[in-house]
Amino acid sequence: MNPVSAPTHHALTTEIPDYPMSRATGCPFDPPPELSELRAHAPVSRVRLWDGSTPWLVTGYADQRALLGDPRVSADVTRSGYPHQSAGLKARRAEASTFINQDDPEHARQRRMVTAAFSIKRVEAMRPAIQRIVEELIDELLAGPKPVDLVQAFALPVPSLVICELLGVPYQDHEFFQVRSRALIKSTATPEESVAAVRELIAYLDDLVGEKLAHPAEDLLSLVAEQVRAGALTRREAASMAQLLLVAGHETTANMIALGTLALIEHPDQLARVRESQDPKLIASAVEELLRYLNIVHSGRRRVALEDIEVGGVTVRAGEGLVLANDSGNRDPEVFAEPDRLDVGRNPRRHVAFGFGVHQCLGQPLARVELQVVYSTLYRRIPGLRLAADIEQIPFKHDGLVYGVYELPVTW
Amino acid sequence: MKVIIDQDKCVASGQCVLAAPEVFDQREEDGIVVLLAENPPQDAAESLREAAALCPALAIALEE
Ligand code: HEM
Ligand code: SF4
Repeated sequence: MNPVSAPTHHALTTEIPDYPMSRATGCPFDPPPELSELRAHAPVSRVRLWDGSTPWLVTGYADQRALLGDPRVSADVTRSGYPHQSAGLKARRAEASTFINQDDPEHARQRRMVTAAFSIKRVEAMRPAIQRIVEELIDELLAGPKPVDLVQAFALPVPSLVICELLGVPYQDHEFFQVRSRALIKSTATPEESVAAVRELIAYLDDLVGEKLAHPAEDLLSLVAEQVRAGALTRREAASMAQLLLVAGHETTANMIALGTLALIEHPDQLARVRESQDPKLIASAVEELLRYLNIVHSGRRRVALEDIEVGGVTVRAGEGLVLANDSGNRDPEVFAEPDRLDVGRNPRRHVAFGFGVHQCLGQPLARVELQVVYSTLYRRIPGLRLAADIEQIPFKHDGLVYGVYELPVTW
Repeated sequence: MKVIIDQDKCVASGQCVLAAPEVFDQREEDGIVVLLAENPPQDAAESLREAAALCPALAIALEE
């Protein structure tokens, strides 16, 4: 890891900096400071990864959108040159292939099998059920002991309950899949740990797909199972897709709930605006702003160039890797005024926290509704919510693909 | 203003529906975009530009 103290001018020397970089001490919500420096001076420049490879790091918003929307840019993890995040992730991806790591037309074919469930209308229809889940969990919080870890008692259960309901996965198995999901998105997990976690998850979901084949229900896994019956997916593909949906469906949103709450507690004026607002527009804006500001999927979108591409004054050669740092894109002053300020009223809809291009988050309508319900309910019902520890004691997920906090002790 | 959509490119993100619900909808069976109004009124222009800018699949074109 790079030390963060001394300012660096990598762009001006031939030295290639390591990536990912570290956040500055005392700034847990801000991207590593070197990223803004690169964005200003060398917006497309080489970095060195864990395996010694030197893909291009793209730090500016416009370049990121252009590349993510470019069909000459591939998300196919089996291509040489693809910049993997860690040995564990590389091994896990060799084990299970899903549409997040495939190109069109196969990506589109598989994604379209499940898009109906995430349409705005279908997700809006889930809002009352999500509101009920959130109210009940808050009832339990208020009736229980304090201080309490908000991650375990609230941030994880909300999206886990919702995705279980949507997919048709029994929630009583949550310990099993939460532990394995965590291993999958931890960049310090060894190849053996990652492969074991994905195998166990896929075996579990394969059983469930089998059950849905025998007894179809009104849930998304039954629709996926139906694709197996129709010959459009193999059992293996179906179980892998279920694994993608289950993991993507709860880890990300859980981190936005816990880290978003911490960011608001640390910005009391912004928290007050959210808590006191009756306006769904302000709540929706606060969700977009926290997505932009926190950009929890913080280790960059990973791609590989299929052809030579001119971008940011350099030529990326066919076969070279690309790391698109959307945390830096979301702090680009060309697009967002005073980008480092959290302003829940600014409604920064053009952020890239869900990525861009054909892989832009499938679950975004669901994530939005979950976060709108949580942010508009939690602080209103527990107006005295505060940290029960010093922020210096909070363990942040510096080692995760998805940023957040491992624990958030709160009281009121 | 004329709106042109490309359903083959659409990835069903729902961004256009959130930006301009009076102009865009999604198909029931797969969430792919459908147009509610091909020549929407001029006062929809701003939200249409927003929808076109937000579309991650570059599936929305506007003729002004
Ligand atoms: C706040 C919460 C969330 C954030 C920040 C988030 C972020 C992202 C990002 C950045 C990508 C793009 C990956 C890439 O381009 O390489 C993505 C893709 C994806 N997300 Fe999410 N996500 C969230 C919630 C969800 C939920 C609730 C689901 C529900 C199942 C979900 C399912 C997916 C899937 C399936 C993909 C792959 C889409 C594709 O490749 O076509 N996500 N997400
Ligand atoms: S914004 Fe684009 S990709 Fe998303 S639903 Fe509309 S047309 Fe399709």
